[in-house]
Amino acid sequence: MNTTEDAPLLNLTAEEPRHRALALTDDEYRAIVERLGREPNDPELAMFAAMWSEHCSYKSSRVHLRTLPTTGEHVLVGPGEDAGVVALGDGVACVFKMESHSHPSAVEPFQGAATGVGGIVRDVLSMGARPVALLDPLRFGPLDDPRNRYLFSGVVAGIGQYGNSIGVPTVGGEVRFAPCHGPNPTVNVMCLGFAPAERLLRGKPGREGSVLLLIGASTGRDGIGGVSVLASRTLEDDAHGSRPSVQIGDPFSEKLLIEACLEMAERGLLEGLQDLGGAGLTCAVSESAARAGLGAELDLDAVPQREPRMEAFEILTSESQERMLAIVRAEAVEAAREVCMRWGLDASEVGTLHTGGELRVSHRGRTVAAVPAAALADEGPEYRRPMERPRWLARIREDDPARQDLPVSVEEAFVAVFGSPDVASKRWVFEQYDWLVQGQTVQGPGADAAVIRLEGSLKAVAVATDGNGRYGSLDPYLGGALAVAEAARNVASVGAKPIGMTNCLNFGNPERPEVMWAFAEAVRGMGDAAAALGTPVTGGNVSFYNESGDSAVYPTPVVGVVGLLQDYRLAMRPGFTEAGLPIYLLGETRPELGGSQAADVLFGKVSGRPPALDMEAEARLHAVLRRLAQADAVGSCHDLSDGGLAVALAECAIAGGVGFHVSLLVSDMLPWVALFSESASRAVVTAKRGRWQEVESTAHAAGVPVARLGMTGGSRIAVHDLFEIELPDALVIHEGAIPRLMAPGRVGGD
Amino acid sequence: MKPRVGVVTFPGSLDDRDAVRAVALMGGEPVPVWHADAGLGGADAVILPGGFSYGDYLRTGAIARFARVMDAVREFADAGGPVLGVCNGFQILCEAGLLPGALIRNRSLSYVCRWVSIRSEATDEVLQVPIKHGEGQFAAPIDDLLRIEAEGLVAFRYCSPEGLVDDDFNPNGSAHGIAGIRNAAGNVLGMMPHPEHAVDPDLGPTGGQHVFEWLLAAAGARVPTP
Repeated sequence: MNTTEDAPLLNLTAEEPRHRALALTDDEYRAIVERLGREPNDPELAMFAAMWSEHCSYKSSRVHLRTLPTTGEHVLVGPGEDAGVVALGDGVACVFKMESHSHPSAVEPFQGAATGVGGIVRDVLSMGARPVALLDPLRFGPLDDPRNRYLFSGVVAGIGQYGNSIGVPTVGGEVRFAPCHGPNPTVNVMCLGFAPAERLLRGKPGREGSVLLLIGASTGRDGIGGVSVLASRTLEDDAHGSRPSVQIGDPFSEKLLIEACLEMAERGLLEGLQDLGGAGLTCAVSESAARAGLGAELDLDAVPQREPRMEAFEILTSESQERMLAIVRAEAVEAAREVCMRWGLDASEVGTLHTGGELRVSHRGRTVAAVPAAALADEGPEYRRPMERPRWLARIREDDPARQDLPVSVEEAFVAVFGSPDVASKRWVFEQYDWLVQGQTVQGPGADAAVIRLEGSLKAVAVATDGNGRYGSLDPYLGGALAVAEAARNVASVGAKPIGMTNCLNFGNPERPEVMWAFAEAVRGMGDAAAALGTPVTGGNVSFYNESGDSAVYPTPVVGVVGLLQDYRLAMRPGFTEAGLPIYLLGETRPELGGSQAADVLFGKVSGRPPALDMEAEARLHAVLRRLAQADAVGSCHDLSDGGLAVALAECAIAGGVGFHVSLLVSDMLPWVALFSESASRAVVTAKRGRWQEVESTAHAAGVPVARLGMTGGSRIAVHDLFEIELPDALVIHEGAIPRLMAPGRVGGD
Repeated sequence: MKPRVGVVTFPGSLDDRDAVRAVALMGGEPVPVWHADAGLGGADAVILPGGFSYGDYLRTGAIARFARVMDAVREFADAGGPVLGVCNGFQILCEAGLLPGALIRNRSLSYVCRWVSIRSEATDEVLQVPIKHGEGQFAAPIDDLLRIEAEGLVAFRYCSPEGLVDDDFNPNGSAHGIAGIRNAAGNVLGMMPHPEHAVDPDLGPTGGQHVFEWLLAAAGARVPTP
């Protein structure tokens, strides 16, 4: 396994043609021969195999991704670069990207997750931005299985260790649990960075004669595997040489890289900066050259190597961590090296850019590869894979959980849903992350969206991630659309205007038509919602092959939305902190329990239709929330999602330490259905003293339904005629659920 | 004239920029100091900030104590100059022998980031400050611990929001609930909680202001009158 999440580990046999051993198809091999006008040699084939892999070339997904809206008022850089960029005004740019590190994490949770953080941070750094926030959407199997607890605790500890040691706060994310993620944990990581807009490193980096400076860690045999195995040779020669391909992270080196690269950028020493991730040096050099419309000379003997006798293909495709490639004018090389030396980093001149478009690689004094850089970087295959809607879907969607009888009391139902791991407090997770470092965290984990302010400004960025796999499994179109709507609603719930999004699309094997159908549907849903809600897609990541045996992950598009807040002091918070404030529900509640948390917890069912999404209603809600925040009219604001109104109200009470009493005035559905319905486009707000008319009129004017539910106050969660729970008891249910499951006696035990 | 406060950056320091910002917000003049510097740039006080100096792969603070700048810090401290070590800075002061005891892995074996209450032993004030560390359990041989208590060197203890020192409110298993200690002369203070993250009212509680007020006052006493 390696970070290129393409193929299951290869079974190499001597008879197999070498390109197939590298997961290239016969057609792809023929295309390479045709492009080169000859047979590729081994190092060349390894380079093509890496660059034409699913991970690097997006060959199965590109035709669909191309349909996404990518431009908008705030977009500075869309898909195609290392990370997307939106403008925040005042000359500040926000760089952001999300990526998956699921496969390595399944093999080695701590290092797999840690190096995932390192990789996404370097993506943001490569645009010249200082990384300022991390978010981690995670999915695991149920915690009653010791292996799932091992994966969960290892991933969280790995994210913590890496993020905490590089001084980038981890401010949000989400964690969900489902049986399909047992064998296929999903580990996504999002990073945000800030940079002066005029100093962004983008576009065409470098000119004829620019020097390629390899900075940071030395290059080892780690991370060679999967697609990049010309290791048939290694296996034959030395059976013990086929070491595991999960890389080991060194966050200290990463921290030095961040500071050194930013210092070089600030001093104007860089023409371009490229991170070394999947496909290592091959990817960094070929993309840099291709982007500049040039070729490159690459001298592998100049690459500092961790081990003796490394082969050319190994140096070319190694995924050793904590390396960056700087593109520097010859006259700036000395100054750049001095900066690196000051930070204790190696900086080696490994090549130059030149005209002609050819990437020429030399090793041990002779040329070992000569291929067009663009053929590697831009001319990979593109597939329109067969798609088919699964036949079983129709039957499952007819099975509406709202038609079931509630098998328990409403109070018991609430306790079960509120204490279910998906809904329960994630304090056990986020207390292992430093969310304060850098000193700009206005709101950290546990709120609807994290809020990070810009240094020396009232402006702030709000950011949230979301993706509900249950919805995706029942209706991937809605799954994609609702993920965008929910993440944007999270951002709107602090008062910010959503301005852009990234994503990580977690799916099974794209060669299976039903997986490809779900993927296409999810992308279509995401695109429609992104267009309607003003959040163009600035980039993202596709993670296929998240399946083992018969079990694939739910079609899980995870979305990260970035929003702009003009004055962070007006950021809304979810907690009820004052008694005697009227509580309002904004938005319409319908009997929608399909794919809901309640149906899963109470009936053990993932069935029915996910909540409908009226994108205009969603956009209207966002506008109302923004207006209420700007007017400073509300005491609290919290969006509704998993577990519906019941969970949202209880979370508000716990967050602020003040109870409530509400009545449900519903006639068209059973009260418990109204409590747990997950209808989209809703939020709960309290009006500040004397401001209730303003809250009502703002909603009315925008055409957003508004209903007064009751008042804050007291020490109880009270829903009239249905149930009452003391706040401390609710706290124990909510805060205690995950620690109880993860109690020390249980980890790795049973 | 504003007191000048040196903030040392080691490779792997993380909260150095935050300490600089806090010094400025509290009315001091921050002076960046590099780990390889021979001197402290004429600072009237010094902060060793939080982070993972040199990666802390060996033992926290074990390598940083050998940094060139530490000779100057030691000299400064011996001369009565005010020195504040926060988190990794506290660990470095202990490794350098400027403060007694050591910081070992948290009792929970997990990193913990959390707002906590600490009680100032000098004033009985309860302060809200955040902790964020994996190795913050204060430990010392029993004789040292008794001496620390007898000489009144404990500066802060973890406590309940009401000021009660009890194991339930001890986030890392520190001996005697110790969150911070000072030297016998009173000019060197080390603490695991992060005062620099608790000075800006826009971001949360401001328990850290108390610590900076002490540091700036002590630094101000050294400022030569113009």
